[in-house]
Amino acid sequence: MSAKKLGLKQRYAHMTRGLDWETSYQPMDKVFPYDSFEGIKIKDWSAWEDPFRLTMDTYWKFQAEKERKLYAVIDAFAQNNGQTGISDGRYANVLKLFLTGISPAEYQAHRGFAFAGRHLRGVGPRVAAQMQSLDELRHLQTQIHTISHYNKHFDGISEFSHMHDRVWYLSVPKSFFDDARSAGPFEYMIAIGFAFEYVLTNLLFVPFMSGAAYNGDMSTVTFGFSAQSDESRHMTLGIEVIKFLLEQHPDNLPIVQKWVDKWFWRGHRVLGLVAMMMDYMLPKPVMSWKEAWEIYYTQAGGALFQDLARYGLRPPKYADIATAEAEHISHQNWAIFYQYTHAAAFHTWIPDAKHMDWLSEKYPNTFDKYYRPRWEMWGRMAKEGKRFYNMALPQLCQTCQIPMGYTEPGDPTTIAFRSSRFRGETYHFCSDGCKDIFDAEPEKFAQSWLPVHQIFQGNCGGATIPDVLNYYRLANGADNLDYVGSPDEKLWNEWQADKLKTAV
Amino acid sequence: MSINAISPDYESHIVFRDAEQNFHGNRVIYVHWEQHLSFCSAIAFPLPPAMPFGAFVEEVIKPHYAAHPDAAHVDWSKLVWMIDGEKTAPDFSKSLAENGIQHKSLVRFWTPGLDGYKSSAS
Ligand SMILES: [Fe+2]
Ligand SMILES: [Fe+2]
Repeated sequence: MSAKKLGLKQRYAHMTRGLDWETSYQPMDKVFPYDSFEGIKIKDWSAWEDPFRLTMDTYWKFQAEKERKLYAVIDAFAQNNGQTGISDGRYANVLKLFLTGISPAEYQAHRGFAFAGRHLRGVGPRVAAQMQSLDELRHLQTQIHTISHYNKHFDGISEFSHMHDRVWYLSVPKSFFDDARSAGPFEYMIAIGFAFEYVLTNLLFVPFMSGAAYNGDMSTVTFGFSAQSDESRHMTLGIEVIKFLLEQHPDNLPIVQKWVDKWFWRGHRVLGLVAMMMDYMLPKPVMSWKEAWEIYYTQAGGALFQDLARYGLRPPKYADIATAEAEHISHQNWAIFYQYTHAAAFHTWIPDAKHMDWLSEKYPNTFDKYYRPRWEMWGRMAKEGKRFYNMALPQLCQTCQIPMGYTEPGDPTTIAFRSSRFRGETYHFCSDGCKDIFDAEPEKFAQSWLPVHQIFQGNCGGATIPDVLNYYRLANGADNLDYVGSPDEKLWNEWQADKLKTAV
Repeated sequence: MSINAISPDYESHIVFRDAEQNFHGNRVIYVHWEQHLSFCSAIAFPLPPAMPFGAFVEEVIKPHYAAHPDAAHVDWSKLVWMIDGEKTAPDFSKSLAENGIQHKSLVRFWTPGLDGYKSSAS
């Protein structure tokens, strides 16, 4: 007699909830020490809903299938020398930014979800967090494998993991995840699961993946497809966790609101790197950052927070400021990298005339008035052999760790300076959002590892630029400086010449 | 303690990473030239508190802003200075410390009549 097959719902019940038990040798509070100190109150863990009802065995089967398809495409891309078919050699810099800035964050997310998957008392969220933890590890691995092909040809890629822990601008995504991972499991779930994966994820994922598609990078596009079904599961987890917390106890609302405010702002700051990539680094731009913000935050986020209003949750504090900043942030960020090009592990350039016209069209309120003159001046200086560099180190924001280059809301000609005093010392911030985050937890943020101050303290290999580049493992003259004149450009031009020859 | 931490002794483990004593006798001082956003942010320097303000201008500020086309036109006797949010007229012969500059102080200055490339604040 053959055993009857279980239905999906029953299987899920047995394979997840059925695996849990109440401990008896040790009290539950000792086994799960992390899920109470944050002040979140849970009355009934079993009220957790998992619409995917995915069990581990099916998970492995799905993922293995996706891997097979992805690696087939990566192999084909390599065999066909797909790297020669991208829109322009400049595009490779998008991948450098992605691999050094985003991929290590996938690893951090893996660690963070593993922690949540161990320390949340309810088996439903624990299983979901464990699966996401595995997803994130897979994302890191497949990204490394996808981009490793470009590493055979382009500079600035090979030392990505070493760089992530040391390079000044990579401390921005790194400290973002360090902050989330050193919080409790509930804050982590709201920070990464909800604020990042649900509210802001489309502003990260869509720009890179459609940017890849527009610019002929089929291997990265395929990675994107391979991660897409994971992402929809992650979004579901993100929305489920916030609803669950808000439904469990009214006392959770102010705590959750504080986290939503904090992590929205932190996420917005990190995404400034994506804004700059979209507006300046894609040889064939997809859409502007401002347009993406309008679609994925103002509209989609607006609808989301309308839906969550029934729990008493309001939209994140300073969302209006972030929306106003969408007119400026990409220009200000690319200008930071242009003047510190000697210390960046990717190449920079001044947008050409056609690209500037595109920016004028996309930013009619700001580009011609504030940013075109800057590029024109620098372009003129470069022509005269006086390429503009900033030879001092920038003041950094204590919270987001970005150079304090953002301007006052409503006044794009004046830098926004904010500061707080804590235990007799001054701390500086780029914005009210970053200042609020510090003021809520000064004990934590007084410990920020600010790359500029670390250089001054003598902890980064020495006092000169070559010393610090060495400490970063950043190859001077290859990984950094302008695209024009770089080994990358030389190689790209050779490929183009070869194509012409074969065409003739 | 405003942080909500699981360890009751969190307080005793705080590393004040940028305390003045970590800078080998220097103070971190930030400078910013207003209306010249080609310099994307204020710039930072570790400097001895006994350095005369005049030397700070000559040896630190001037060379680091020299790349800007406006730099050659600055009348250094007609600047508007602000230290930590207070408008002030620093004494060039006195030290940074005597001019009220602390560890992590912010020194902003305006150059009246010079507002960046084509007055765009760039
Ligand atoms: Fe991921
Ligand atoms: Fe900030």
